[in-house]
Amino acid sequence: MTDPYPPEQEADMRSDSPSPSTERTRLRAGAWALAAGLAVGATACTSSSGMPSAAPAEVERQVQPFSETSPPSPDPRVGLGAGLMDAEEAIWNLKKVSSTPPPEDFIGVTNSDLAFKDDYVIQGNYNGFQIWDVSEPADPVLVEAFVCPASQSDVSVYEDLLFVSGEGLGGRVDCGVQGVPQAVSEDRLRGIRIFDISDLRNPEYIANVQTCRGSHTHTVLKDPADDENVYIYVSGSAPVRPDEELPGCVSVMPDEDPNTALFRIEVIQVPLANPEAAEIVSSPRIFENLEAPPTHGPAPADREAIEEAREAGAFVIEVMGEEMILPDESADALLSQVVEQRGGSGPPTAADSAALRERLPSIVQQMMGMPEGAENGAEPGPTQCHDITVYPEIGVAGGACEGYGLLLDIEDPVEPTRLTAVADSNFSYWHSATFNNDGSKVLFTDEWGGGGQPKCRESDPKEWGANAIFTIQDGDMQFESYYKLPAPQTSLENCVAHNGSMIPVPGRDIMVQSWYQGGISIFDWTDPENPFEIAFHDRGPVDSTRQASGGSWSVYWYNGMLVNSEIARGLDIFELEPSGYLTRNEIDAANTVQLDYLNAQGQPQYQWPPSFALARAYVDQLERWDGLDLPRIAAVRQALRSAEEASGSARASTLNTLADELERDASGAAAPEKGQDAGRGGAGAGLVVMTTHPSASGASNTASGMPHPSTRVRATGRSARHNTPTSARMARLLTGST
Amino acid sequence: MPRSKCSLMIVTLLVPLLAGCGTGGATQAEDPAPPPPDPSDESAEAPLSDAEIEALYRERVEESRTRFTEADVRFMTDMIHHHAQAVEISRFAPDRGASRQIRTLAARIINAQQDEIETMRRWLEDRDQPVPELHEEGDRVMVRGGAPVDMGEMPGMLSREQIERLKAARGREFDRLFLTFMIEHHEGAVTMVRELFGTDGAGQDEDVFRFASDVQVDQATEVDRMQQMLEAMPPSGGGR
Repeated sequence: MTDPYPPEQEADMRSDSPSPSTERTRLRAGAWALAAGLAVGATACTSSSGMPSAAPAEVERQVQPFSETSPPSPDPRVGLGAGLMDAEEAIWNLKKVSSTPPPEDFIGVTNSDLAFKDDYVIQGNYNGFQIWDVSEPADPVLVEAFVCPASQSDVSVYEDLLFVSGEGLGGRVDCGVQGVPQAVSEDRLRGIRIFDISDLRNPEYIANVQTCRGSHTHTVLKDPADDENVYIYVSGSAPVRPDEELPGCVSVMPDEDPNTALFRIEVIQVPLANPEAAEIVSSPRIFENLEAPPTHGPAPADREAIEEAREAGAFVIEVMGEEMILPDESADALLSQVVEQRGGSGPPTAADSAALRERLPSIVQQMMGMPEGAENGAEPGPTQCHDITVYPEIGVAGGACEGYGLLLDIEDPVEPTRLTAVADSNFSYWHSATFNNDGSKVLFTDEWGGGGQPKCRESDPKEWGANAIFTIQDGDMQFESYYKLPAPQTSLENCVAHNGSMIPVPGRDIMVQSWYQGGISIFDWTDPENPFEIAFHDRGPVDSTRQASGGSWSVYWYNGMLVNSEIARGLDIFELEPSGYLTRNEIDAANTVQLDYLNAQGQPQYQWPPSFALARAYVDQLERWDGLDLPRIAAVRQALRSAEEASGSARASTLNTLADELERDASGAAAPEKGQDAGRGGAGAGLVVMTTHPSASGASNTASGMPHPSTRVRATGRSARHNTPTSARMARLLTGST
Repeated sequence: MPRSKCSLMIVTLLVPLLAGCGTGGATQAEDPAPPPPDPSDESAEAPLSDAEIEALYRERVEESRTRFTEADVRFMTDMIHHHAQAVEISRFAPDRGASRQIRTLAARIINAQQDEIETMRRWLEDRDQPVPELHEEGDRVMVRGGAPVDMGEMPGMLSREQIERLKAARGREFDRLFLTFMIEHHEGAVTMVRELFGTDGAGQDEDVFRFASDVQVDQATEVDRMQQMLEAMPPSGGGR
């Protein structure tokens, strides 16, 4: 197994973001980040004292801990009135900047995914694609509505090229709207369309790459080491097309034909100097010999419960790779058997207990069966991916592939290889992946029901059709928790986890995500065990009488905007609003990140230029998480104000002094173990926070500006939110199977 | 889409015409000065009202429901029967000593396929096709109405005898039979999708294409999962 973070990679990452290992082992106060960032802003200047030393006697908190904030109750998303253009809306901690209906040719046809370039949004639609000028977010202007039908019209950009997925049977090579009635036809397009969009008003259709399963979605990979090509990973979920239509397409098991179109992905190479020559260059078999366990293991709360029970003397058994606590009644029954077998009577002795403990594994094996001795020779594993998210800066991709979540090494873009895989008995269909900014976590979505079904009803389990959050350590994924839209939706609303992206709030992992007619949900998963919602927008059903297709297909952060592709209603643009979960300064700091283009499946690494907004955001976080005492916080804020008002050497000296003081503050911060204990044991204490940070030397030597502290927030009141106690699960298992 | 294009043109044409009535064409023709902004340009940019958008939306949706073929209707009707059987046998799981994994699997199959049955019924109803209805008789899920189907021809359908065997099984024996039969059943559904897409004219309706693709990929994924569960069971105990 390859290490996804080879040494040189790790060194690169440490310069502006903590690697997974440093995050866990090295804990420093968040003040380091602030100090280091300030130093970067001031290094060219001379030092002299410019910081007011006296803090006000009485200091009021400006940023409250999360525990002081709660979501609106009752949830305003429940019971919203229906309507296509006049549905009732619920909005929390967001501002809707604009809602623009589709152009006439696209009304009543499904809007799909989004891509971004400069001030433009490209919105896919089953009828083609739309190009919007969003330089004024309050008033998006349609630049072009290009009719060229194909589902799903998943879109991506790179420089002057636009790539569009075609999968449906009606897509035509000539962009005609008449469909393709024959089962085999040379007019059919299933694969990737390539457009030259150097003139956005006149996209030019320059090439096609046909593929065996068409393209449900695709991923554009720009390898940092290759400036001559981009690569497209093609994902398709429809059946393989006939060999008569596209020669070489075979849909059989690999032992029948090693060239089968199953069990592989396709990699297209697009030469940037000659994109017309784009072609498939490899078909990596990333699923080969994939035999992941049927589960990703228990959630952290379950693991804790098992450990506690083990320490308390309970019998812990392993069933199908999963540890479980043996319920008392079963233990009692087995113990009496042991007593009986040795010819004794009465209550079991300590020796009986020990004997049972020793024999338990074989008893369980007998009772439950063993994983060996497989009778069925069919090759397991997925035949395709739904979506692959590449993260070129860390050389890794997340593949959501039927029943599995895969971690891929993409150092060689033409030959991606599998690092590891997980499965989840609660997941129906792995749909997409999103990494957090430092690549220490990955979130997979389960598009249970394919997006056309209402899977957010009160009665639908919270673990089904949800997100699963994993931490990544040494190339392995460890399951942490599920996150599902917290507001129940009606049976008239198709709703399940769908596309989203990270919002570059420094120091935190915050994501915005589509839930079809469940609307959009913004949540914080900084603590992977305890994700929680911080903002939302939702509309009532499209139709009050029946389920009609609609809702948010994709919503992505792009240069301060949250841009939402509404399937039936058009294009929405939102902005974040400050709240108890997110300060103005944190929002301003996020908005200092500027992208030239964005394909959400080609995840960019966010980098924050040095700015006062960023410094203030870190100060807010220090206050929220009690990283510094209040008088110090107030003094830091005052110093920042003075520096911002000053200029030249006065500004520099103020910042230098502040940086020195903060470094001293950081050196005196509490030991990490203590913080962790407090987090675990502090019942009723609400949120206990530890701010972690890479080594000071790494942090102060940042190329991109300020480093960001990665934080772990442990909410004692939130643990075990989604998890049934293991003992109860075990009891159900045994009562059902014996 | 000739019908919708036509009405679209009417909407865009009527507005400038009405506006033109007020200004009067004759004076404009005699005026040598640079022409005033073309009223048709202005109205082309004027956004449609919500009511107009909604009317157009309904018209398009209505129009999209005219692209189906006989093969699509047969697929949707057949698949309702197919799903109904999956729901029927999944309902056995809670009372037959099935393992936790099997009960979770069965619960998800029930949830998924019941919703999909509703989707298929709605699809048929929207296209004025006969809509099968589900009835429960004891633990049987019966389908009545709808176009006639040939159950014997439907891949993966279990015989009554197989269902009775499953009903009579308990514990691990039930688990093994359930997995074996459900794999067969799901593989039948995947075959039905493949046959649909191999038929001329089928799957042009986007709702059919998407639904059938989802059924295919969901059930193929579940077959893989069930295969693994089956392989993880002990070799002894015989269930077939």
